Amino acid sequence: MIRILKQIFRTGIVTEPLAPVADHEIERVGAELSKVIKQRFRGSLAIRQVDAGSCNGCELEIHAINNPLYNCERFGIQFTASPRFADLLLVTGPVSHNMEIALRRTYDATPTPKLVIALGDCGCNGGVFGESYASIGPVSKVIPVDACIPGCPPTPAAILLGILKLIT
Amino acid sequence: MSRLKDIVVAALGKDVKPDDTLSPASVISLFIPREQFAEATKALKNEYALLAAEWATDETSFSRGFGIYACFRKEMEYLIVRTSAPVDDPTFPSLTKKFAAAFRFERQIQSLMGVTAIGNPDSRPWIKHEDWPADAWPLRKSFDASKPLPRVPGEYQWIRVKGEGIYEIPVGPVHAGIIEPGHFRFQAMGEDVINLEEKLGYVHKGIEKRFESLSWHEASRLAGRVSGDSTVAHSLAYCRAVEALTGSPVPDRAMWLRALFLERERIANHLGDLGAICNDVAFAFLLYQFSRLREIVLRANLKLFGHRLLMDRVVPGGVAANIDAAGIQAIHQELDWLAREFERLVLIYDENSSVEDRVRDTGVLKPEQARDLCVVGYVARASGLNLDCRIHQPFPPYDRISVNVPVLVSGDVHARAWVRVEEVRESMRIIREVLNTLPEGGIMNPLSDPGPDRAGFAAVEGWRGETLYWVQSGPKGEINRCMVRDPSSLNWLGLEQCIHGNIVPDFPVCNKSFNQSYSGHDL
Ligand code: SF4
Repeated sequence: MIRILKQIFRTGIVTEPLAPVADHEIERVGAELSKVIKQRFRGSLAIRQVDAGSCNGCELEIHAINNPLYNCERFGIQFTASPRFADLLLVTGPVSHNMEIALRRTYDATPTPKLVIALGDCGCNGGVFGESYASIGPVSKVIPVDACIPGCPPTPAAILLGILKLIT
Repeated sequence: MSRLKDIVVAALGKDVKPDDTLSPASVISLFIPREQFAEATKALKNEYALLAAEWATDETSFSRGFGIYACFRKEMEYLIVRTSAPVDDPTFPSLTKKFAAAFRFERQIQSLMGVTAIGNPDSRPWIKHEDWPADAWPLRKSFDASKPLPRVPGEYQWIRVKGEGIYEIPVGPVHAGIIEPGHFRFQAMGEDVINLEEKLGYVHKGIEKRFESLSWHEASRLAGRVSGDSTVAHSLAYCRAVEALTGSPVPDRAMWLRALFLERERIANHLGDLGAICNDVAFAFLLYQFSRLREIVLRANLKLFGHRLLMDRVVPGGVAANIDAAGIQAIHQELDWLAREFERLVLIYDENSSVEDRVRDTGVLKPEQARDLCVVGYVARASGLNLDCRIHQPFPPYDRISVNVPVLVSGDVHARAWVRVEEVRESMRIIREVLNTLPEGGIMNPLSDPGPDRAGFAAVEGWRGETLYWVQSGPKGEINRCMVRDPSSLNWLGLEQCIHGNIVPDFPVCNKSFNQSYSGHDL
């Protein structure tokens, strides 16, 4: 136990303003984001992430925005286990043929008004996998998409910025 | 000199012919008459060889029908046995009697290539979901991959357990966390799991087929995206297979840089996994601590090499990122810091009895099971199998750096976590050695002309385990086939078996301790 406490004190608060990764712009938008989430989403924006066929690279970076250095929860962003109480769907990957139905169902299970972000080059335009018998391509071919966050995979800073942009 | 080859030759006599399409640099390959395909493997099984992969190719453009290949491994050796089946009789003898792991490979061959393994007890499709037309065999050359697939009605036949008090829990394909999709079906009684069956294939993106429409260079981007977390391992295995096929030499410095990337990928992923395993036993403190370390490693990657996950840094003929003296200095400093922080966290993990209580004796994959299922990577090393291609199939610079692999025998969640701990330590040491000996010189050579009907093979020990690529050139020197075998293809079998006798609430941590790739498996 004493080691745990020591480590906690030694580490301190590592969460940083996003300045070193992006620029001061983000800090400003970050503050604005908290404001908007407070006003429009009663303090918490619930996100349901759906992997519709990604290579899992995008998932790694979505995980990263939860790590203590980005700590997205401080803005009120929170990932939920069910689409039933999600405000926003964060969809990655080219939509695979085998995930199409599951993606549609998840979309239908999300209460309106719902926002959808296609994340990563694959979600935006099909990426390296393109369109084929197995890959339907961009998310927008299957469900309505409100915003795209390009990148392969987009960096955590880009993901946060993309979410901010959509809801402000 | 090949012992595995001698075994097959001794068992089958003069019917065995050397297969010379494989470039000499990569691996020994034998051609065996179709009727004797299973017999040859019997001899290999008796010598304790393990099955590494089984796949089929469409060789109609060479008027050879279908090629069927099985790759075996024993200690320092790989052996590929090959046979062929005519177009009007696309069948071959199944290997499942001797190698249980073959059953998934053969279901996959049947589903995607339409070549049937006679004697395989499980004829259900794999990866090909029940709503695909039965005759859609995408890996055949006659299949038009550009058209969308129509959906037909169909139902998947699950294995059912019957009895009083038995119930079923379906999970997925969309899971609760931020993870890839797949379906798990538990048959349980009370809290005890009686059986677990996986159904995968949800993220099948037609990767193997897509390879065939790309140039050799373009394809390396695709290989780097088969499984994003193993991008270095996959692009490296692809590049090495292509370099073997074309006989292209790679500059010394590039080889060492490749090892640097591979070990950095190992550290980053193991750090993430250790945190995630702790989180699944409700010890979120270590999740945050380990993910903090991981983030620092990824940021250094971005700063030094231009990509957080190191995608597209390994390319055919060399590497696309270099390092200067200041960069070397920076990594040394990073490692000093990382080693210190890491050891503190490991001590906390090791001393915490509530973690210990959950991870010990949970999700045990016994050494016999590991051997029967031919699992690889840390899953194998946690269950007593001493497998690591950095040692058994070393490519430069691993032939000059001694690698120590940890092997544990308890096969539980803790063993899989602890193998990772040891590997992080070892990778830090390897990185220092690489940086201290990094040779000068160029980092990229041009690729030689591939020529028609050649094949290349490569095995790379990625962070998840042995990653295999086998590439074949077509009549015009294009990509005729690119076989990808992610470690997950074998290790998913282990997860199904390790869960017996455990309780349903322990499944998440068992699954995390395996952490297999869906995308790498589904292709
Ligand atoms: S955008 Fe890149 S990282 Fe994301 S799923 Fe596609 S290939 Fe993977």
